[in-house]
Amino acid sequence: MLEILLDATVRAGTPILFATLGAIINERAGIINLGIEGLMLIGALAGFAGTQASGSLLIGVVAAFVAALLAGSIHGFITVQLRGNQIVSGLALTMFGIGITALFGRSMVGLTIAGFERVAIPGLSGLPLIGKAFFNQDLLIYFSFFLVVAIALFFYRTRWGLALRTVGENPAAADTCGVPVILTRFLAVAIGSGIVGIGGAYLSLATTPMWIENMTAGRGWIAVALVIFASWSSYRALAGAYLFGGITAMQLRFQAMGTTVSVHILQMMPYFFTILVLVISTIRLQKGASQQPENLGQPYDREDRK
Amino acid sequence: MSNLLQIKNIRKTFPGVVALDTISLSIARGEIHTLLGENGAGKSTLMNVLTGLYRPDRGEILLDGVSIQLNSPRDSLAMGIGMVHQHFMLVSAHTVFENILLALEGVPNFYSRRTYRQKVQKVLDAFELDLDLDSPVWKLSIGAQQWIELIKLLVRDCRLLILDEPTAVLTPQESARLFQVLTRLRDQGKSILFISHKMREVMEISDRVTVLKKGRSLVSLSRGEYDESRLASLMIGEDQIPMWIKPACKYEQLALEIKNLSARNDRGLADLDNFNMKLYRGQILGVAGVAGNGQKALAEVLTGLKEASSGRILAEGRDITNSTARSSYIAGIAHIPEDRKSIGIAPDMTVGDNLIMKNFASRAFRRWIFQDRAAIRRNASAKINEFAIKAGPDGNPVRYLSGGNIQKVIIARELSEKPAVLVALYPTRGLDIGSAEYVHKVIIDGANQGMSTILISEDLDELLKLSDQIVVMFRGRLVGCVDPQATTREEIGLLMSGEVQS
Ligand SMILES: Nc1ncnc2c1ncn2[C@@H]1O[C@H](COP(=O)(O)OP(=O)(O)OP(=O)(O)O)[C@@H](O)[C@H]1O
Ligand SMILES: [Mg+2]
Repeated sequence: MLEILLDATVRAGTPILFATLGAIINERAGIINLGIEGLMLIGALAGFAGTQASGSLLIGVVAAFVAALLAGSIHGFITVQLRGNQIVSGLALTMFGIGITALFGRSMVGLTIAGFERVAIPGLSGLPLIGKAFFNQDLLIYFSFFLVVAIALFFYRTRWGLALRTVGENPAAADTCGVPVILTRFLAVAIGSGIVGIGGAYLSLATTPMWIENMTAGRGWIAVALVIFASWSSYRALAGAYLFGGITAMQLRFQAMGTTVSVHILQMMPYFFTILVLVISTIRLQKGASQQPENLGQPYDREDRK
Repeated sequence: MSNLLQIKNIRKTFPGVVALDTISLSIARGEIHTLLGENGAGKSTLMNVLTGLYRPDRGEILLDGVSIQLNSPRDSLAMGIGMVHQHFMLVSAHTVFENILLALEGVPNFYSRRTYRQKVQKVLDAFELDLDLDSPVWKLSIGAQQWIELIKLLVRDCRLLILDEPTAVLTPQESARLFQVLTRLRDQGKSILFISHKMREVMEISDRVTVLKKGRSLVSLSRGEYDESRLASLMIGEDQIPMWIKPACKYEQLALEIKNLSARNDRGLADLDNFNMKLYRGQILGVAGVAGNGQKALAEVLTGLKEASSGRILAEGRDITNSTARSSYIAGIAHIPEDRKSIGIAPDMTVGDNLIMKNFASRAFRRWIFQDRAAIRRNASAKINEFAIKAGPDGNPVRYLSGGNIQKVIIARELSEKPAVLVALYPTRGLDIGSAEYVHKVIIDGANQGMSTILISEDLDELLKLSDQIVVMFRGRLVGCVDPQATTREEIGLLMSGEVQS
């Protein structure tokens, strides 16, 4: 029972994990991206269409990454190069994503593909309790584990990662050290958006291998909130995403057991709890030093005095 | 040709401000070239042009006789031009190691943490700095932060080193150490562009001095062609240095009494340790000491920014020990913060609004619940005139002002309410000599009208000139009290080092 619940937790948490990781890369470079929901949808549709057309899941994932990267580049260009308002541009991106996927997705409705299959990792998958949940999963989930560690190492063990973080904290400091601020920020937005797109693709290639209009159902917004809960760390993003996944798994379980509680209330639970945890963790944050990148949301203009 | 860099007719304007009008100067190889000029003369702007941060409207820069185009700091670094900025370019949330690492050249993307930590540690050791590589920069004292900035420049192999007021927050001992490094670099053939308002330093270290005034380069003089008064008169021109006569303090009425005051810092160590002091009405009490011996804590506890762990502060008999900044203000204590850029001002608000921040609710600036914009503007232009603040066009946000002019805004605001006690922590840091003199006059005028001042400063000349009495702090304690008429710099120096007590 617990094993099944854990398994469902990981599967429900993964799309949000990808989205949160992508958003963290954006915000570490100082750019708020409220277009996560739209990017996930674009990723989901592009992933599905790519796989549908080519028959290859890999091509689907790459298509999701590239499509979301391109869409994210619009946000990057507006906020980084043109120094536009990040909130407005992000919201526009979400609306753009919802609209365009509804339009182009119409012909995809009802089609099917063969989704991601489970691949057991010999040895590890035999571990009691966690073996099945973590090591008998599909390749995208393994990729998400890799990404969590890789992003942490990138931020704290590489020079580019240091440059990226500096650009988000104090772009003038980065600039005077010779870091190309505008390029770094733009790339962070573009690549981060691409990773968000993979999160969307997980929904349409693994969770339910088909295209449903607006299939992200607000997960992108949860990811936006989780970034703060995770205090911009990829490891804590994993914990946050699985928290959401766990409550989703539990409420599905309740539904299956046939309780008298309204389905709508149950479906609300994951969102409710995630927001609750978020609020509590932010209160805790305010007491200590804030982890938020100092220049989050601030455009960089070299000739402006700060 | 021995000129490394030549600047020809540079002009730079910002909306409503001509920051640089026409500037021409040349910098030779192996010289320390000092730029001198009033606050807002355009020194920092010119330096920012040289490092590619600002793009000039017109003019030419020649390096080794070849005209160059600087589009970004990256370009200038590639040509061997490095700079320490007047306002810190540090990431306060990052560690000392991370801040320095980003400035190192040739660090591979996947660097070896061990090797580079050792490398950075070696640099810190070479400068005899006792800093924890892993401590975040915001926890460090402002002097330590300045050293990190200096190290970020010194670890690079630059041909031209630009230092914009690096000594403003350093102790005299630290400045001396920096000068040793700079002279050594000069002897190796590097060129150094140095900015400071401290005449003593300018006289000591410069090979050549260029005086800037209102965005124009007046003259360049080589060592031997100038003396202190010549430079001062060039810089200030026909403007008068204000004159004042200091009244003798009568020691009649007690304004403030501090009894057994102790305070702890973030690390739990004692910043103030059983501190006792008496301040009389109209007295100017100088507080000397090497930075970091509790002066800042004293100012913060007095103004209510920090809580005392024990002891009492009595204002004319009333106990105000742990009251908030506001109520200590009511008792008439004003404060000029040391780190003016981060806590002294609201950077995005206008000069006028910053000037009334302490008394925005006063009847003079409001009509019923609304602000009286006309009165605020009148107040602003009066203060801008009085303190000769170079404020730019009307409604300019304070952050556009030059460092010294921001400091003047703070001073004008703090003195606007005619406080009974003024706590002045390094009030003339970063001010040009004319403005510093003006601040001195304001303090003296205040004393004439009964204001008492606690003047915390590292500038012994300033302390000796203004104070009725000088006390010396060491490790949070008061270790000595001397009469400025009867003491010597050496005596104060010995007390500051903690070796003797009087
Ligand atoms: N980015 C900017 N935007 C608008 N105005 C600016 C900007 N940078 C400088 N200025 C203006 O240019 C003038 C010169 O400023 P600058 O900082 O060069 O003076 P400074 O000589 O360095 O003075 P200080 O000794 O006080 O540091 C000032 O009036 C300032 O307000
Ligand atoms: Mg300056």
